[in-house]
Amino acid sequence: MYVRRVRREMEEKHVRVIEIKKSVFENNDREADKLRQELRGKGIFLLNLMSSPGAGKTTTLMRTIEALRGRFRIAVMEADIDSDIDAKKIAALGVEAVQLHTGGMCHLDAGMTRQGIEELASKDIDIAILENVGNLVCPAEFDTGAAGNAMILSVPEGDDKPLKYPLMFQVCDVVLINKTDVLPYFDFDLEKCRENIAKRNPKAKVFPICAKTGEGIEAWTEWLAQQAGSF
Amino acid sequence: MHELSVVFYIIDEVKAVAAANDVSEISKVTLQLGEVSSVIPSYLKDCWKWASAKHRLLEKAELEIEPIRALTYCDDCGKIYHTLRFGKTCPNCGSGHTWLKQGQEFLIKEIECSDSN
Ligand SMILES: Nc1nc2c(ncn2[C@@H]2O[C@H](COP(=O)(O)OP(=O)(O)O)[C@@H](O)[C@H]2O)c(=O)[nH]1
Ligand SMILES: [Mg+2]
Ligand SMILES: [Zn+2]
Ligand SMILES: [Zn+2]
Repeated sequence: MYVRRVRREMEEKHVRVIEIKKSVFENNDREADKLRQELRGKGIFLLNLMSSPGAGKTTTLMRTIEALRGRFRIAVMEADIDSDIDAKKIAALGVEAVQLHTGGMCHLDAGMTRQGIEELASKDIDIAILENVGNLVCPAEFDTGAAGNAMILSVPEGDDKPLKYPLMFQVCDVVLINKTDVLPYFDFDLEKCRENIAKRNPKAKVFPICAKTGEGIEAWTEWLAQQAGSF
Repeated sequence: MHELSVVFYIIDEVKAVAAANDVSEISKVTLQLGEVSSVIPSYLKDCWKWASAKHRLLEKAELEIEPIRALTYCDDCGKIYHTLRFGKTCPNCGSGHTWLKQGQEFLIKEIECSDSN
């Protein structure tokens, strides 16, 4: 660390200036890498699911569990503040869910994610799914330690969102375009949206889905199964 | 939109640096903040006032924010322009093949210590 002494003209005394030059996110990035390593060692595939509020994270989560619960041991960590998730419904699906204590935070960081993992009673897990706080801005800046990042963009939000929230689309391996059942009622161009996503992140997989009816879910859950299976 | 939680990360880091350097009082913390980072300077200062007052080490610490200008590079004509003014489209050639060169930074630059060490 570089320490410099500066003479203060006014006060006629020396003050120490300690140079830090460090990103505010650096400590979290390091914690996230550590957690990612540990989870890899335990064979747990952690998926970080992000979106704006109401885009359909919880509904998609339920569909995903239904599709994969016979093949994988799944656990859920809930961080969405206005979550209407029904613990009994999740339990009925044979899946453990814990509520994370975000203290009203607008994003999750690696430390909070680690606490969630430690709170899970079941230790034999293949896939842990994190429902992040509903927000398209800062969850993208805070690495949770997940092996995969997915985000949901719902049709009513508009096909230009990838241009307005570039970082979110850059960090995601998968973009789910949800609520395709309402496509006829919105000015949402699916092809245009794919182009906008590709501009930000050419590697992102895009799956149009309808979490309400289950349409298109299989392509997504197969992608997830493949990731978790080869983990 | 997450100024308060960001302030907590800054305080944690500054406290760790202070402990490692036997600092008992900090008079100033300087940040470098890109113009297109997701943080609003005036909110950040308000949150700092509230949160720093709770730490003896930081009771007198003012927060200084040095802005970093947002600049975008155009792949088609090679010009660099001011992002806040022109956005994604190059004002020189009209191309959209542009990328942000700087302006998303969020750094803790330095601290100034007012103790006698
Ligand atoms: N029409 C339609 N509504 C949906 C779909 N998926 C979710 N919703 C509705 O959108 C609202 C928010 O969904 P939810 O899963 O709670 O979103 P979250 O806040 O991201 O977890 C609920 O009323 C859902 O029933 C869909 O594919 N089509
Ligand atoms: Mg939810
Ligand atoms: Zn945040
Ligand atoms: Zn140009």
